Amino acid sequence: MSIAQSDKEILLKVEQVKKYFNVGGGTLKAVDGISFELGKGKTLGLVGESGCGKSTAGRTVLRLYEPTEGKVIFKGQDIYSLPKKNLKEIRKQMQIIFQDPYASLDPRMTIEDIIGEPLDIHGLAKGEKRHQRIKELLELVGLNEEHASRFPHEFSGGQRQRIGIARALAIEPEFIVCDEPISALDVSIQAQVVNLLKDLQDKLGLTYLFIAHDLSMVRYISDSILVMYLGQMMEMADSDTLNEHPLHPYTQFLLSAVPIPDPNIEKKRERMQIQGEIPSPIDPPNLCPFCTRCPKVTEECKKQRPRWKEVERGHFVACYHVGEQ
Amino acid sequence: MGDKLLEVQNLHVSFKTYAGEIKAVRGISFDVEKGECVGIVGESGCGKSVTSQSIMRLLKVPPAVYKQGKILFEGKDLLALKEKDMRAIRGNQISMIFQDPMTSLNPTQKVGKQIMEVLVEHKKLSKKQAYKQAEQMLNLVAMSEPHKRMEQYPHEFSGGMRQRAMIAIALACHPKLMIADEPTTALDVTVQAQILELLQEVQKKVDMSIMLITHDLGVIAKMCDRVIVMYAGQIVEQGLVQEIFEHPTHPYTRGLLKAVPRMDMSRKNALNSIVGTPPDLFAPPKGCAFYARCEEAMKICEEHMPVIQEVGGTHKSACWLHHPMCPIKNRKEEA
Repeated sequence: MSIAQSDKEILLKVEQVKKYFNVGGGTLKAVDGISFELGKGKTLGLVGESGCGKSTAGRTVLRLYEPTEGKVIFKGQDIYSLPKKNLKEIRKQMQIIFQDPYASLDPRMTIEDIIGEPLDIHGLAKGEKRHQRIKELLELVGLNEEHASRFPHEFSGGQRQRIGIARALAIEPEFIVCDEPISALDVSIQAQVVNLLKDLQDKLGLTYLFIAHDLSMVRYISDSILVMYLGQMMEMADSDTLNEHPLHPYTQFLLSAVPIPDPNIEKKRERMQIQGEIPSPIDPPNLCPFCTRCPKVTEECKKQRPRWKEVERGHFVACYHVGEQ
Repeated sequence: MGDKLLEVQNLHVSFKTYAGEIKAVRGISFDVEKGECVGIVGESGCGKSVTSQSIMRLLKVPPAVYKQGKILFEGKDLLALKEKDMRAIRGNQISMIFQDPMTSLNPTQKVGKQIMEVLVEHKKLSKKQAYKQAEQMLNLVAMSEPHKRMEQYPHEFSGGMRQRAMIAIALACHPKLMIADEPTTALDVTVQAQILELLQEVQKKVDMSIMLITHDLGVIAKMCDRVIVMYAGQIVEQGLVQEIFEHPTHPYTRGLLKAVPRMDMSRKNALNSIVGTPPDLFAPPKGCAFYARCEEAMKICEEHMPVIQEVGGTHKSACWLHHPMCPIKNRKEEA
């Protein structure tokens, strides 16, 4: 199941990754079998409603959470089978940018120390060289040297997110998980940060896993998009195909809920009507997770989980009601 | 339509802090007519929430100071009312729903009791009558099993259900005006769509006006008849939704519209961003507040604040580009 072009090098291969948490009432299946491939220099958007497991998926891929099952092959190496002491080496190539730019920077550290911390941990630069590198990084994200001696509270949300990005870039990673990096920011600032991420990708050849719930922004930044629901994969396709010809009823429902900023279109648009909210992910039955709300539901859906199948080249769906090619 | 329900006239609101005076709202005027939905858009810190909280008189004085202006609700100046008289209006004739349904409900009381509270206070209903009506309200906001929900606590509700409960409280007394301050920002798009449609439905049913505060232009396009665009405590542009979305005349509005990627637009189109950040409201600039970020700024913009003026019919804009003698042809085309 490849969504990357065959001539492009596959950087990351995720196979049947699962992450379960033991909670009071049973097993919470936060991520229940996720597989995808990501080509070098590409962006995969991971979308879904809150609680669908997209953030957990991002963290499990990086092995920030120990996986319950599955494999993640990063540049030919299975990172789940590595002993913990060897993880540091591979982590140098993978980083994460967090959602909340207020909570993810230590308020008592200067910007220089925040960005310098990964350099110190990996022993990459010291003294004048470290200072130079921090200056370079600040300039790369659109800040300047003067900012280095300041503290996080002196910056706005957008600037803090830039600092978070500079920190992630400090050790020259190849792969970055962007965990809702713009959802806490204002509209005009969101565009700034997204443009910065795109520029950096072009300049440095970065590969992103871009997690978000804002579908219009995800479409803009991603080459392909994976839709999750209750920890499972619903649909995956390249960005334009997914938006223009969504096949899974859940994807159709999700897309029809996003308001279009044009009153002439939006006021006339019919939204797909689906009642209810996401059911509990604790001990879910083994059937289509969307069957409780799906307008197309049949007996089949309530018996067994639908297979993940390729219906067109590069277009994958898990639904009984979508025909195979 | 045509009847003014709410008129805000030259409102100035400041906050006195140790670091100085923050001029959060700097001379805004607008009105809300009966039965219409007016949207206020702007970024964080532009004064949209301070405006709505001023209408409800929810700001703590001090540190807040109403420096100038009037807020007329059916001709009565709310800022001149005694707190006792304001209480009779708040939650009764004007009600409000907030962004965060997790914190704006009382976690220690049953949801039913919280809806009954407004009915007992304002409508002087007996407990029994109030209980019955509260249950009807939950039914109105399309809550499943209203009878069971009455006896539950907010923590047993999902985000969408809590927002429905908030709306039930706000609607309980059949207010003439509902202020919705980012009612769906904390919710998922699918739940957002449900809540917005619910608001549209009840608005039709009970004939009230809605003032919707949001930063999401898509939500404005879906819900509103008219839009007010705020920036750094001032109104930079206002008009009918069609006017604002089709012929935005202020560079800030244009920038905002271009900064949002659209679902129905190919990703090849470049995303425009507005450089820089909004000005510091401790010391707002002398001229146009958007000057530092504006691509079309002129010399005059730095020195003098533009006045909001008509650019056609109901459409108003505060920008020097609309001065009749401005050489740049930028005025709204006659079409």
